[in-house]
Amino acid sequence: MSTLPVLKPADFASDQDVRWCPGCGDYSILAQMKKVLPELGYPREKTVFISGIGCSSRFPYYMNTYGMHSIHGRAPAFATGLKTTRPELMVWVITGDGDALSIGGNHFIHALRRNLDINIVLFNNRIYGLTKGQYSPTSVEGQVTKSTPMGSIDHPLSPLSVALAAEATFVARSIDAHVKHLGETLKRAAAHKGASLVEVYQNCNVFNDGAMAYAQERKQRADNVVELEHGKPLVFANGTKGIRLVGTHLEIVDTADVPADDLLIHDEKDPNPSIHMMMARMSYPQMPEPIGVLRAVEGVPTYDDQINDQVHTATKNQGEGDLDSLFTAGDTWTVE
Amino acid sequence: MASLTTSKDVQSVSGITVRLAGDSGDGMQLLGTQLTNTSALAGNDVATFPDFPAEIRAPRGTRAGVSGFQVQFASEEIFTPGDTLDALVVMNPAAMVTNLDDLRHGGILIANEDGFNEKEFKLAKVDSNPLDANVLEETYRIIKVPMTKLTREAVSEFGLSTKVADRCKNFFAMGLVYWLFGRSLDPTLRFIQAKFSKKPEIASANEAALRAGWAFGETTEAFGESYQVEAAELEPGVYRNIMGNQALAWGLIAASKVSQKDLFYGTYPITPASDILHELTRYKNFGVKTFQAEDEIAAVCSAIGASFGGSMAVTASSGPGIALKAEGMGLGMILELPMIIINVQRGGPSTGLPTKTEQSDLLQGMYGRNGEAPLPILAPQSPADCFDIAIEAWRLAVECMVPVMILSDGYIANGSEPWKIPEMSHIEPIKVSHPEGTAEDEPFLPYARDENLARPWAIPGTPGLMHRVGGLEKEAGSGNVSYDPANHQHMTDMRAAKVARIAERIPPQQVSGPDNGDVLVLSWGGTYGACHTAVSRCRANGHQVSHAHLRYLNPMPANLGDILRSFKKVIVAELNSGQLRLLLRAEYLVDCVGVNKVQGKPFTVTELVSAIEKQADAINGS
Repeated sequence: MSTLPVLKPADFASDQDVRWCPGCGDYSILAQMKKVLPELGYPREKTVFISGIGCSSRFPYYMNTYGMHSIHGRAPAFATGLKTTRPELMVWVITGDGDALSIGGNHFIHALRRNLDINIVLFNNRIYGLTKGQYSPTSVEGQVTKSTPMGSIDHPLSPLSVALAAEATFVARSIDAHVKHLGETLKRAAAHKGASLVEVYQNCNVFNDGAMAYAQERKQRADNVVELEHGKPLVFANGTKGIRLVGTHLEIVDTADVPADDLLIHDEKDPNPSIHMMMARMSYPQMPEPIGVLRAVEGVPTYDDQINDQVHTATKNQGEGDLDSLFTAGDTWTVE
Repeated sequence: MASLTTSKDVQSVSGITVRLAGDSGDGMQLLGTQLTNTSALAGNDVATFPDFPAEIRAPRGTRAGVSGFQVQFASEEIFTPGDTLDALVVMNPAAMVTNLDDLRHGGILIANEDGFNEKEFKLAKVDSNPLDANVLEETYRIIKVPMTKLTREAVSEFGLSTKVADRCKNFFAMGLVYWLFGRSLDPTLRFIQAKFSKKPEIASANEAALRAGWAFGETTEAFGESYQVEAAELEPGVYRNIMGNQALAWGLIAASKVSQKDLFYGTYPITPASDILHELTRYKNFGVKTFQAEDEIAAVCSAIGASFGGSMAVTASSGPGIALKAEGMGLGMILELPMIIINVQRGGPSTGLPTKTEQSDLLQGMYGRNGEAPLPILAPQSPADCFDIAIEAWRLAVECMVPVMILSDGYIANGSEPWKIPEMSHIEPIKVSHPEGTAEDEPFLPYARDENLARPWAIPGTPGLMHRVGGLEKEAGSGNVSYDPANHQHMTDMRAAKVARIAERIPPQQVSGPDNGDVLVLSWGGTYGACHTAVSRCRANGHQVSHAHLRYLNPMPANLGDILRSFKKVIVAELNSGQLRLLLRAEYLVDCVGVNKVQGKPFTVTELVSAIEKQADAINGS
């Protein structure tokens, strides 16, 4: 029996110079991806990264796998054609907040609702970086940018809420600076059979520096972020505070004041996305924001499996197609 | 069951053009399809022209809601569905007033007189019964038939509701038409049995209506004789009737088989291209995967993704959808991946005339992408030719690693003609190869080029050939992102040369008629039949006219310039405002005269003959 070579993170690095700005959060995500992939034990040649347009979308150029840097917003559509015809490949979509939620919103929701077995990693920096600093669909209201000198009047979109509305089977969030958590979350996404979305809070230190510092900076994180764990209560602030479900909304309680049973217990496997949606809507500064896996529902048929199953079923039932028979079936006539 | 034979006189004629017109819910398309198939089975050459509104059920009884189906069947080779009608069947006043102008003097008008009442006159916006006009009797042979009443009587024994019984009247009309033109009822009886196998009472009622229509023709004193069209002398072989979109779908499957590639078809529903999807999705057991995408953009992108993975990838649409695919097509072009993009053209711009034909997307196909992004373009010349064009498109796509565009149109897509069925073993295989590795330590060069300037099609899953492709300009050879000025010039030139060099490998342009002289008529795409027939008629009238028909629009055949320069006058006939003419003038510096029309309708032979003869006469100073 031949042994497979053991790959190291460096084996996943392409020969291209990385050209993100120094200090960009993208470096951390790239590093974690290179670290995680060898642990998955999947061959490099069967791994494909597909991206759209934007800073994040340069990602495939830096991976020594197959890759496609496609057009703005459409990466999930390319992934659909590839994964349905080559289901044995591990396909990653790398996208950003503008790419996935603005120009590519349509493809994003449809890839998720079809449950295509791909992994979408959405780098959310709440700004357009590559076009030099316009507001994005996730920029907060009132944000002053090059294109919003009097402040943005758009209500921001939450990638997690959009994904849950599409009833995505795997929805998670992580943070560029929280490297261990990020690596574990990417690994969970890769292991999920079906469409997975990982939103990564990513700092753009040039055009939107510190926009998510409340979650990115280690000192602030404990008070502003709830790390989700399946089957565990939602607690934060070093266990001093928790989240309780009251009617149809969530509230913060002091853990000292309420019985442990009162806290919301996280159930990532619940097929009903309602509670997951409530969690996705928790937002700073009113509420701590959840990170980790919000939703992981297994056993839902994937689009790529089903499209191939139909081909197999048709072939089994009707036999392999024969064109000569097809052409001459039905009404024909012969000219002598 | 023995075929019915008439006891009345039979007059033999060489060809008949019939149009069946009624409300869009009257089943005229079904009637037309059946008459076409039956005529084809009788050995006639056939050509059809279905013409229907964009609305599924346009307001009943109105002029806008009229649906028509025209068919010419003949004992000689024909290329068009005919200009003027020998017979017109109308189910209501709206159908009559919108179609009567096309009936030739002395032609037969068959009207369902039960459909002519005050209510219908109002809907059709006519003041009085158009059947009562005095001039009619002098101009046409009018046969008024109470079809609704006779159909109800014929099906009374089956206990159907009046509404359901009335739906059988298109079969009554069909029976009458079959009697008039000596058609066998058998193919349609077989069709009825198969179509309504789960509703035996409906099958029986339709059969009864069909037979009643035939019997009416046989007994009524209105018809003294019927007409017979003998079998045409076509090339020996086994034939079937085929529609353009069906031929295109079958051609794609055939191309996938001869290239040993599974077919992926990513598309978004749009008239008149959707029938290709409906057809292909039935053939999953041929390894066909169809993907109804969320939009036109996703459709083209999914096809590029499938091509990157090594499949035979195809997307299709019509003009508005092709506009949306433009950025994706440009990416496919710069990635240099093989695929097919089909545009079943319709009247434009914007939503335009969805169910009507036009050839106005030629320049969109040539130039409708940002940057320097030429694609090979092919155009089928008839419904059956769609089969061959599909195979040729895939052959070129693979040979050059480039997306190839097919410009069909609504007229070809929905029209039908006899198709000589090929044997799959006689179709030339399409060789596809994927590199499997490189020599030790040698870097893989995804943008190295072969003798056709094509790059290697290395697909994911192949160890050692991992590479990245993308929409940024690539360095020659390595494919790495490059902003180098000289490299961009080189890559732009290579991509253009790759397409241009196809001209050296395609068959030289053929000319029908003398290869020099007074007038050359040049046409492309779906106008072949009308132009061919018109040129033949002009020659018969003593004019020196030749005809050349382009199936390769980009690049054009290498000898085309010489051909154009061999005639005193070049007439370019096309269903747009002069798009091919513009290209020819730019490419060959040859002046051309345009014969152009954008009315949502194909050319008639008569109008072409008149336009051509006017030019021919001008040369000879008469």
